[in-house]
Amino acid sequence: MRALRPRPAAPRKIADLAVKIASSLASLIGIFFLSWILWEVIRKGVAAINWSFFSQLPAPPGTPGGGVANAIVGTLAMTVIGTAIGVPVGMFSGVYLAEFGQHNRFGSLVRFGVNVIMGIPSIIVGLFVYTIMVKPVGHFSGYAGALSLAIIMLPVVARTTEDMLLLVPDSLRESALALGAPRWKVTGNIVFRAARTGMITGMLLAVARISGETAPLLFTALNSPYWPNSLGQPTANLTVTIFNYAMSPFADWQQIAWGASLLIMVAVLMLNISARLATKGKTR
Amino acid sequence: MSEATSHYQSEKRADTVFKAVMTASAGLVLLIMIAILIELTHHSQLSLHKFGFGFLFSSAWNPVSGQFGALSSIFGTVVSTVIAMLLAVPLGLVIALFLVELAPPWLSTIVGNAIELLAAIPSIIYGMWGLFVFAPFLADHIQPLLGKTLGFLPLFKGAPMGIGMLTAGIILALMILPFVAAVMRDVFRMTPAVVKEAGYGMGATTWEVTSHVTVRYGLSGLLGAVFLGLGRAIGETMAITFVIGNNHNISASLFAAGNSIASTLANEFTEASEPLYLSALVELGLVLFLLSLFVQLAAQWWLKRIKLGIGRGT
Amino acid sequence: MSASAFKQRAERLPEQLAVAEKSRPVEVVGKPLFVLPKGHGADLHAPALPPRISTRNLNFFYGANQALIDNNIDIAAQKVTAIIGPSGCGKSTHIRVYNRIYELYRDQRAEGEVLLDGENILSPSFDLIRLRRLVGMIFQKPTPFPMTVFDNVAYGLRLHYQLSKGELAQSVEQALRDAVIWDEVKDKLRQPGTALSGGQQQRLCIARAIAVKPEVLLLDEPTSAVDPVATQKIEELIEALKKKYTIVIVTHNMQQAARISDFTAFFYEGRIVEFGPTRQIFTNPTNKQTEQYITGRFG
Repeated sequence: MRALRPRPAAPRKIADLAVKIASSLASLIGIFFLSWILWEVIRKGVAAINWSFFSQLPAPPGTPGGGVANAIVGTLAMTVIGTAIGVPVGMFSGVYLAEFGQHNRFGSLVRFGVNVIMGIPSIIVGLFVYTIMVKPVGHFSGYAGALSLAIIMLPVVARTTEDMLLLVPDSLRESALALGAPRWKVTGNIVFRAARTGMITGMLLAVARISGETAPLLFTALNSPYWPNSLGQPTANLTVTIFNYAMSPFADWQQIAWGASLLIMVAVLMLNISARLATKGKTR
Repeated sequence: MSEATSHYQSEKRADTVFKAVMTASAGLVLLIMIAILIELTHHSQLSLHKFGFGFLFSSAWNPVSGQFGALSSIFGTVVSTVIAMLLAVPLGLVIALFLVELAPPWLSTIVGNAIELLAAIPSIIYGMWGLFVFAPFLADHIQPLLGKTLGFLPLFKGAPMGIGMLTAGIILALMILPFVAAVMRDVFRMTPAVVKEAGYGMGATTWEVTSHVTVRYGLSGLLGAVFLGLGRAIGETMAITFVIGNNHNISASLFAAGNSIASTLANEFTEASEPLYLSALVELGLVLFLLSLFVQLAAQWWLKRIKLGIGRGT
Repeated sequence: MSASAFKQRAERLPEQLAVAEKSRPVEVVGKPLFVLPKGHGADLHAPALPPRISTRNLNFFYGANQALIDNNIDIAAQKVTAIIGPSGCGKSTHIRVYNRIYELYRDQRAEGEVLLDGENILSPSFDLIRLRRLVGMIFQKPTPFPMTVFDNVAYGLRLHYQLSKGELAQSVEQALRDAVIWDEVKDKLRQPGTALSGGQQQRLCIARAIAVKPEVLLLDEPTSAVDPVATQKIEELIEALKKKYTIVIVTHNMQQAARISDFTAFFYEGRIVEFGPTRQIFTNPTNKQTEQYITGRFG
């Protein structure tokens, strides 16, 4: 056979080097922009935070002082109620999928539904809750806000639960059932215990996700300058406050928006970091 | 009845209840999905009847005269998403490449963790930064430069206002970038080390191993990451609403203010008092819902095809 | 051991007699060491080719841990050299220096010299692409790339050569024929390489490696993940390939080393304890550890 014509290696090496340089540069650029965002939020946010920021009601523009105490309370309340609805329903759906719905039609239909709801833009969830809870009663409410947060959370929790339960080996289930334990005890005591860490992580991440949501609250909880005495009324919350204040022409309101952004960002990052630490502590 | 039998009976009943509760919760998920479709369709009846399919192709948006069309919002959604994907997908790919193949382990760990955390930051933060920091920066430094050098293109014509379609696309890209990069990194890591070694062992360069072996190995995962990013970008509200300009306007220039479906909803929904206006906005939401559903179904169909293709050998 | 016992054993193993008489008798032997086929092994009287690969004081480190200690070995051209030894003795590490594949990992480094046809491949000026074209490697597990059978074999050809479509197809076919897998895959060239059976995948990888016309083939336990029938096919293939290539095979299977190699090196704790013609290593090792290993006392 004739000798094969060698292909010069230089162009290949140049292409390789070019990609390596481009990739390092692009990473640098990406990281630069993301650090820039963090830096600005911290810089501008810290300037806005003081005692009255945490303790007072919003003040009219131009008036010194004023805070977002009501919005902090409102966001906390809606997140807690949203979690209280979203976690159990999501968890039960996940249990169904993992323990009963592996090989049947209904199971795959539910799994499809979970994926669809997970992919729906959060503003659409807000719109949906508006049509079922706000329009019929004629006014916005904190409960509607909490419900839309719960719907956003539900598929995340269901998926995490299913994934975590499926990691538990079948032999563990079978050996418990073989001892004569009823199904609900096997799931409740054995399977859940084995999957606990992963599920806690998943829940924390889900809570982190809804605590920073804005779009679904726009048409449900709306916002309010007052204390949230009843969640049956429009309810103050941090994210819509940020939106309203940032879009306003007043410099002092805009500053408060930065403060609220910092607060939300720190809260979400803390939830994420603790979720990660929870997993790490257990696997070690 | 003996005590043992009654205990057995109650356990059995408990099991039935257990299964019923779990099944009901799962059914609720399906119910919500169906209810969303029904409610959105129901509440957009007025607009559906009045405008029919023309709604999708009309760019009129006049609450005073009661003329509504979705075209400019759809246009803005598509354009901002396309800009975001064009920027975020290649950037995410090379960041993943950098993290897996090039960076020393300590750097890869730090940057990798940072990126995962950034993926969790709420979109409103990106919107704030876009409005107050990035848009002015773009107006002062980047847009004049683009206008001077590439101004002959219709894409870069017009006054540099900072706010507009280009800014919205870039902010959107930054928002989905950490997410896309993190998923792609995980996909790259799934390629077995020994297969990569075999590639290097053949005398391939890093880039050749990555593009020929690693990317093919994780193709379905990478496409999955792209679709997830697309799904996020298409319905993203807050990151865009701040900076897109909120103008029902279709312009060839990326500097011009525009709107997207989500930004129109966020801005106008609480102001809409007329039933027809409200109905048109809900129909806009229905369009967005169907659009994101379509993206998801297309993604699942495509991924399935790729998996079958690899299995069967097309 | 009494003289009569020695004689008895020697009678059972007439092959070993010549060697055995010359050297120290093997102690503590309850059963024959190895029965080697007649005419097995390198003809020690033939004029020797210069070694293809020579290592000089090769030391290797994983971070602070030294994995290879002063390895000196000459790998004969156009012969099969087997590397045996217990797990973790540095067998694989040793051959992973020959194509510098270890450089993928930051904390691994080699010191000393590895001469390929007299050139030190560890020198930074030795081109890595060229080295890896000259030295092919087969791994424990089959490593087909996620592409078709044809593209797998064409992969290295496209990297290293400028070929027309016809030349490429011809070279691919030749490589597949040389790897004795052509008849099995000629109708499956457009199917993914991963769709073949494990043994076929391994021979596909061998075809991929020899397609680029290397000088040396490194095989790192190539049959540890395939069944006995496939193992036999691969061993026959190695036997045929040594006419063209210098082959270094790492194996934990001593029968395999005895069957297919001309020379054998016994590694223990990072050192080359004994190296010589396979016939000698397996019938009359000079080192006690070698003997204990090949008689199955440890490892």
